[in-house]
Amino acid sequence: MSEYIIKNGHVFDATQGIKGDKKDICVKDGKIVDKVGSSAKVIDAKDKTVMAGALEVHAHVAGPKVNAGRWYRPEDKHFDSHKKPGITRIEGGKSIPTVFKTGYEYARLGFTFAMEAAMPPLYARHVHEEIHDTPIIDEAALPVFGNNWFVMEYIKNNEIENTAAYIAWILRQTKGYGIKCVNPGGTEAWAWGLNCLTIHDQVPYFEITPAEIITGLIKANEYLGLPHSFHIHQNDLGNPGNYKTTIDSLKLAEGIKATNNFGREQVMHSTHLQFHAYKGTNWGDFESGAKEVMDYVNKQKNLTIDTGNVTLDETTTMTADGPFEHHLHGLNHLKWFNVDVELETAAGIVPFIYDPNNAVFASQWAVGLEIALYAKDPMRCFITTDHPNAGPFTRYPRVYSWLMSKKVRDERLNTFKKADKVIAATNLANIDREITLYELSQMTRAGPAKCLGLSKDYGGLKPGMNADIAIYNINPDKFPSSGAEIEKAFANVAYLFKDGKICVEGGKVVDMGKKNTFWVDAKVPENKQVMHDIREKFLRYYSVNEANYPVPESYAPHQHIISVDATTKA
Amino acid sequence: MPKEVTDVICPFCGTLCDDLIITVSDDNKTILGVKNACAIGAEKFNHQRLPGRVKRPRMRQADGTYKEITYDEAIDWTAKMLVKSRKTLMYGWASTSCQAMSIGHEIAEKVGGIVDNCATVCHGSSLIAIEDVGVPSCTLGEIKNRADCVIFWGCNPAHAHPRHMSRYSIFPRGFFTVKGHKGRKIYAVDCRYTDTAKCADEFIQVQQGFDYELLNAFRTAVRGDALPDTVGGVPKEKIYEIAEAFKTARFGIIFFGMGLTHTMGRNHNIDIAINLTRDMNEYTKFAIMAMRGHWNVTGSGQVLGWQYGFPYAVDLSRRDQARHQTGETTSVDLLNRSEVEACFYIATDPGAHFPVDAMISSSRKPTVTIDPHINCTTEISDIHIPVAMVGVETGGCAYRMDNVPIETRKVVEPPEGMLTDEELLTKINKRVDELMAKGGA
Repeated sequence: MSEYIIKNGHVFDATQGIKGDKKDICVKDGKIVDKVGSSAKVIDAKDKTVMAGALEVHAHVAGPKVNAGRWYRPEDKHFDSHKKPGITRIEGGKSIPTVFKTGYEYARLGFTFAMEAAMPPLYARHVHEEIHDTPIIDEAALPVFGNNWFVMEYIKNNEIENTAAYIAWILRQTKGYGIKCVNPGGTEAWAWGLNCLTIHDQVPYFEITPAEIITGLIKANEYLGLPHSFHIHQNDLGNPGNYKTTIDSLKLAEGIKATNNFGREQVMHSTHLQFHAYKGTNWGDFESGAKEVMDYVNKQKNLTIDTGNVTLDETTTMTADGPFEHHLHGLNHLKWFNVDVELETAAGIVPFIYDPNNAVFASQWAVGLEIALYAKDPMRCFITTDHPNAGPFTRYPRVYSWLMSKKVRDERLNTFKKADKVIAATNLANIDREITLYELSQMTRAGPAKCLGLSKDYGGLKPGMNADIAIYNINPDKFPSSGAEIEKAFANVAYLFKDGKICVEGGKVVDMGKKNTFWVDAKVPENKQVMHDIREKFLRYYSVNEANYPVPESYAPHQHIISVDATTKA
Repeated sequence: MPKEVTDVICPFCGTLCDDLIITVSDDNKTILGVKNACAIGAEKFNHQRLPGRVKRPRMRQADGTYKEITYDEAIDWTAKMLVKSRKTLMYGWASTSCQAMSIGHEIAEKVGGIVDNCATVCHGSSLIAIEDVGVPSCTLGEIKNRADCVIFWGCNPAHAHPRHMSRYSIFPRGFFTVKGHKGRKIYAVDCRYTDTAKCADEFIQVQQGFDYELLNAFRTAVRGDALPDTVGGVPKEKIYEIAEAFKTARFGIIFFGMGLTHTMGRNHNIDIAINLTRDMNEYTKFAIMAMRGHWNVTGSGQVLGWQYGFPYAVDLSRRDQARHQTGETTSVDLLNRSEVEACFYIATDPGAHFPVDAMISSSRKPTVTIDPHINCTTEISDIHIPVAMVGVETGGCAYRMDNVPIETRKVVEPPEGMLTDEELLTKINKRVDELMAKGGA
């Protein structure tokens, strides 16, 4: 394999505390090394910014609902379907790009890893078929557990070992990475057309509350010692006044310590917090609750969050929060897609237009930025758009420009049609903070890598780590002042190295790299009870046979298995 | 000793039963028995051992007879045809694996093909309606576990999806449906008294061509608004009564088929059926599902979806952009307008299903058909390339009518030397690359 030396670049690396110093980065055999031979190819990074490959902590990029979004929205292809130069397949779609475009675009932005945020176990094969076809970037997927019948029954009986054994079984069957929980209890209630809007609402029939599900799943996660923590989309998403429920849910993590061998410190990752930080009682008196929520997050060290920034685009919302999508459809009356999945979960899709002329949407935009700007520890707050819910991931460069420049952000804020109302309902106008390149490397590299339990190989440029490197045409000494310039610089890397190979050069895709699928193999003590329950539920309630449930090896030809051992816990 | 292979997936219809037990001869070559399958599914497996099966590619001669050729010759001919043609219809895909489709799409992108599947003459109108208004649906297990109100509209699973009713929709006992069919109210809406209607508690005979009106009347009745005395031949009292029953159900489901998609109104029928379902969700829980026909037509829509963003009729002939427009990029219209220069058919039989004019147009073009068996289409093709039967002689992924993916199983060896779809397409793809590197055919 080729050797490279990246010379004279301004390096930003939180794992080594390097803040823009000029430093040469050496690459050999897919890893970052101390030095390389004289024959190594030289990449001139003078006046450029060098960072590790970025990690996406939460996006909907592969699987049944993403694909339903693609094919039931032919109009999305009209917005942006032009083939770009490079050795690429046909690219299509804007808010829900095709798999090819998804891989290329992440690479062009400097990303080398993406986490599919919600995998219905019954549809795991579909998720992996798409991951298989997505080029360049490494991926993993989180199976959803928050409305799973097994989980609810075990937790109701306070059986954490059984919950953990079942989760370990599912991770193996679905090639899953960790524990995702979407609207705990609420989605099961949705199977009867109902919902759980607070963490103390009872789930119909199962006689359990969201709070109990959350606590049980956190405990099961730490019992197994998984690389990633419990990852939650909370109850009551997107409703005015929900910040109280949000803080109530976050409080459930108090006093629980992370137990794992991956350097992860949080026990709960609360995703797209923007949607959960609203005050007021209706859309008329709606106000930002970002400060209240972030004040709590800042002092509670065992939490991580991501933002869910609204990008003010036409997009496609999709979530396992089935009742929310039904509610949203009632608000905008655009086409509604819903799938309820037996014993496990549900999903809904509704197209959505975040019109900047609307005060509520503009305020949501402000709330998302506030979340990131109020974050005291950039290692615990990550930038996402909850792709494609708050906007497509291809808008990250624009989000960065708003976060990194008060001027750019204020230009947008002050030119809203209802600027006065937005300024009154939010605190953004009073925030002067500008995210630095170093903080950006924490929020998009080192932070998410640590949160996902991948900090050994990802998120930094230390010798021994994966040679996943993004080089941007940004001179930190002359940081671009206009939004358009910042956007342009982040949208097309000068170079992207993935596992030591140049995959993107000058914004052009030149190599497909070697894509890996990550999953976690959790070993647990033999559990006859759980195996019996699984057999029984497949015989009586599932519509497929147990033998046809697992995802075969062939779906992940380059699999990277992370093993954890919980057998000694019994 | 013969042995039993269990948990076998039936590659016949969109029900995709996965509990078949197949008895296989000791040498893994012959199927001796099929358990749990319906009559059609069993026949599909039994076909495998029928005498007279074509085992090598055949090329049509000037006198209309067929001559056996080698796979290499057939691959070369096919690749040359694809490279030479500026626009090729690549139709079918509904009876092969998703893995094979993926390779086919790669070829189509290179040579400028139009990839279309059987939805184009089947549930294409449903897909158009979903593109317009979305669809609230669920997996089949949800129906088994929860549904107490099941409506079959313009579909006849007793014949077309024979095990659907016993596995999912009428008879099974589920978690919240412990009484099985006794706890479910079954409605059949059709212009004929079908065998499915015989299983229903209530048969509603709609006047032919009045499905839209009747669905509209249900929407009206649900809202409590006034109706004329009869709609589509159904008295208004009946409509009000049934609408009330829908509203008081705990979990309702509408299954629909060709009786809605291919009668007057087509996509508009589906549109309003979906809108009725949507309305019902204001009162209770309701879902709707298309009764997809071919066992993996759903899979073709899925793979096309994630690769190009459209479920069928995907025009890749521009090579830098995928297009999809019903009436423009759909197979029958392309053939009727004689807009393609060659035809490539795989894993489906357009000769049996397309309008005659379209097939006359097709028969005048260079044509290759890839199919395990002789069918109507192979007989108007220049070349017929037989392949292993997917789901019987080779595995691969398939999607059920509710989009649940299931990996089909290989139960016996294909005849010696016979290629699978995946192997054949890989070789064609390679040959296309060689020809294109040389600058054409």
